[in-house]
Amino acid sequence: MTDLSHHSQVWTYRTPRKRLFIWLGWLALVALFVWCWQIMTETTIWMFVTDAPRQAADMGGRMLPPRWAYLPELMQPLWDTINIATLGTIGGVIMAVPVAFLAARNTSPSVTFLRPVALFIIVASRSINSLIWALLLVAIIGPGLLAGIIAIALRSIGFVGKLLYEAIEETDKRQIEAITATGASQAQILSYGIVPQIMPAFWGISVFRWDINIRESAILGLVGAGGIGLKLNASLAVLAWNQVAVILLLILGTVIVSEWVSAKVRHAII
Amino acid sequence: MSTAYPDTWHRPPQIIPNRRWRIAIQTGIVIYLILAISTIEVNWSRVYEGLERGQRFVMGFLQPDFTSRWKDISQGLIESLTMTLTSTVVGVAISVPIGIGAARNLVPRPVYMICRSIIAVSRSLQEIIVAIFLVAMFGFGPFAGFLTLSFATIGFIAKLLADDIEEIDATQAEAIRATGASWLQLVDYAVKPQIMPRLIGLSLYRLDINFRESAVIGIVGAGGIGATLNTAIDRYEYDSAGAILLIVIVIVMVAEYSSSYLRKFLQ
Amino acid sequence: MLRLIGLSKTYKTGDTALSDVSIDVARGQLVGLIGPSGAGESTLIRCINRLVEPSAGQVMLGDTDLAQLGTADLRRQRRRIGMIFQEYALVERLTVMENVLSGRLGYVPFWRSWLRRYPPADIRRAYELLDRVGLMQHADKRADALSGGQRQRVGIARALAQEPELLLVDEPTASLDPKTSRQIMRLLTEICEERNLPAIVNIHDVPLAQQFMQRIIGLRAGRVVFDGPPAELTETALTTIYGAEDWNAMRQGDEEQAEAQADAKRRLEQVPA
Repeated sequence: MTDLSHHSQVWTYRTPRKRLFIWLGWLALVALFVWCWQIMTETTIWMFVTDAPRQAADMGGRMLPPRWAYLPELMQPLWDTINIATLGTIGGVIMAVPVAFLAARNTSPSVTFLRPVALFIIVASRSINSLIWALLLVAIIGPGLLAGIIAIALRSIGFVGKLLYEAIEETDKRQIEAITATGASQAQILSYGIVPQIMPAFWGISVFRWDINIRESAILGLVGAGGIGLKLNASLAVLAWNQVAVILLLILGTVIVSEWVSAKVRHAII
Repeated sequence: MSTAYPDTWHRPPQIIPNRRWRIAIQTGIVIYLILAISTIEVNWSRVYEGLERGQRFVMGFLQPDFTSRWKDISQGLIESLTMTLTSTVVGVAISVPIGIGAARNLVPRPVYMICRSIIAVSRSLQEIIVAIFLVAMFGFGPFAGFLTLSFATIGFIAKLLADDIEEIDATQAEAIRATGASWLQLVDYAVKPQIMPRLIGLSLYRLDINFRESAVIGIVGAGGIGATLNTAIDRYEYDSAGAILLIVIVIVMVAEYSSSYLRKFLQ
Repeated sequence: MLRLIGLSKTYKTGDTALSDVSIDVARGQLVGLIGPSGAGESTLIRCINRLVEPSAGQVMLGDTDLAQLGTADLRRQRRRIGMIFQEYALVERLTVMENVLSGRLGYVPFWRSWLRRYPPADIRRAYELLDRVGLMQHADKRADALSGGQRQRVGIARALAQEPELLLVDEPTASLDPKTSRQIMRLLTEICEERNLPAIVNIHDVPLAQQFMQRIIGLRAGRVVFDGPPAELTETALTTIYGAEDWNAMRQGDEEQAEAQADAKRRLEQVPA
């Protein structure tokens, strides 16, 4: 033991201490990885894994050619999906605005009590994926578009709330000071000093979230919350892979279009 | 004298100056909203029945039950955490070469195109959809989840990494290139020092995202805490579901704080 | 008109920005505050309308002690004090007109300001003020589309829209070029003269202060070390305010700047049109 520490002292003398730390860090990471890997793969059936390429080839064979005749049937669910995303975003943004004002250090009416509450709402909404929200809501209010819309809205609160409250905290203090100096009330200071400053961020964040919500609402149907995911679920259940292929291509196309729209709008605002 | 000045003023429209376009867009929005809202069919009696269940869920959330399903919960949690770590490590390890390959200023055009298309595929496919396929190929369980998250990590890290490398200080790279360094030396001396801190920050951020995603992909059979949660909700065990959600929230919070602390510490 | 009695301010960090400042400002008087940066001029101005809370002392505006007021009364009193800022502090994303009308915020209820439905008299007055500062055509432009000098004119119009009895001016020319600075100072002094308005101007440029102010107050480390007409602002007085080295360095800097400007002008004249 003494011998070892003696050696390590000689070694640290030659190389910076920092390098030793970095080296130990890498070692720890590798050890942790190996350990996690072993725990994770305990239950893995390796026969399935080695069989995977054959499965993939088989699946690929069943997907091609895509069954294009299925496309017209998908238009109504696609419309539903877009509605879930849009109405959900609107609902989420409406709920996120007050939360953001409560969470921002410079506008929160009570930093010791209300601010932590608002921050908790934001974290809770952010950590729970919309699919989990949908799972819960379908169990509570039944399957359908409404569950999807509420799920998307609840998930959006955290995202929009966080980015918006950061924008509020980054506002230019001098403009707010100038409005305060005119004898304006608190509400007027908000509407003249802060709101104009965060408007571009507000629209940018909302459109950005809408774009993300289009992707998320496409799969909500897997748990029964309406939209094109319902069709995906149904096709998967009967192993109609050629229909699955059509659905995936349609989702992909929608996502590309929504991304393009969102980029255009954000570009126009900023 | 003062009567010479107008006494009305209207704020000029800021975004769409043309009056006709403005009206057209406003009516368009109203019509869309009416159409969209009318497509929602709500079965109010079902919702009313559900309220009682909703109340039970809220109660379950407030009085979570950690004990009665603790074995399932801990099993799911271990799967999720191990899946998160291994997939982040593997994902980042694969992302680095792909990220370098997708930087326009470092590689020849064909390599750039290939790497960028790998990134595009990985980014445009939802984790859930990838998980469905991988579960079908590799069977149920955390291994499929591990593959899903690794795949998603590649798109995320490689894209941001490549964008960063494309923005690095070109003069430094030129200076090194002027010494007659080989391509590998160039990457080692000019690129690595500039992007290393950022790569560590991104990896920590992705670790956080992967954990959150690991809670979801279990719903389609890819293991982890999501599978446990799905079972709990299917069985209407809202107190156990509440416990799981609280655990997820706490872990995400801890991860977020510690990763922001670590990032500060490393810089 | 305005009377400061024993005004002191100590920040939470323990820094004393003002200690025991007592000043009387008469109606129509233009007072220039000078001093090395960090001497407390900015804090002094902000203590008067309580953008910064004074730690001790009284701020008597007429018969009211502003330092003792509750929130609602303070807002009512703030209307009487117009403030003009360094770097303009306009709401950049609002139009010029909205910026001027924001001077009326203390007078109108929230719904009017929210819907931009100001009383006709306010709007007429806002146009009149815009005309006075020479920006009549720019009413519908966004504030961030204007040049520095124009923005400061909007700032002046906004302060005047309050129909103030006192103007607080915080380094009005700090971000302007010398020529525009003089124009803005001239406009300010003219307006104060027209309306018999007293003003306290925090100003870093000593020659500018000497040219335009009627009375100069020198602050050093939060204390008043000089109070008198510009003519009495001698070399010795300036040394007390700025300290020997700083003052010489500053003067040298000014001279160099003047030389450089003259040089640039000569060269420009040589360039054939």
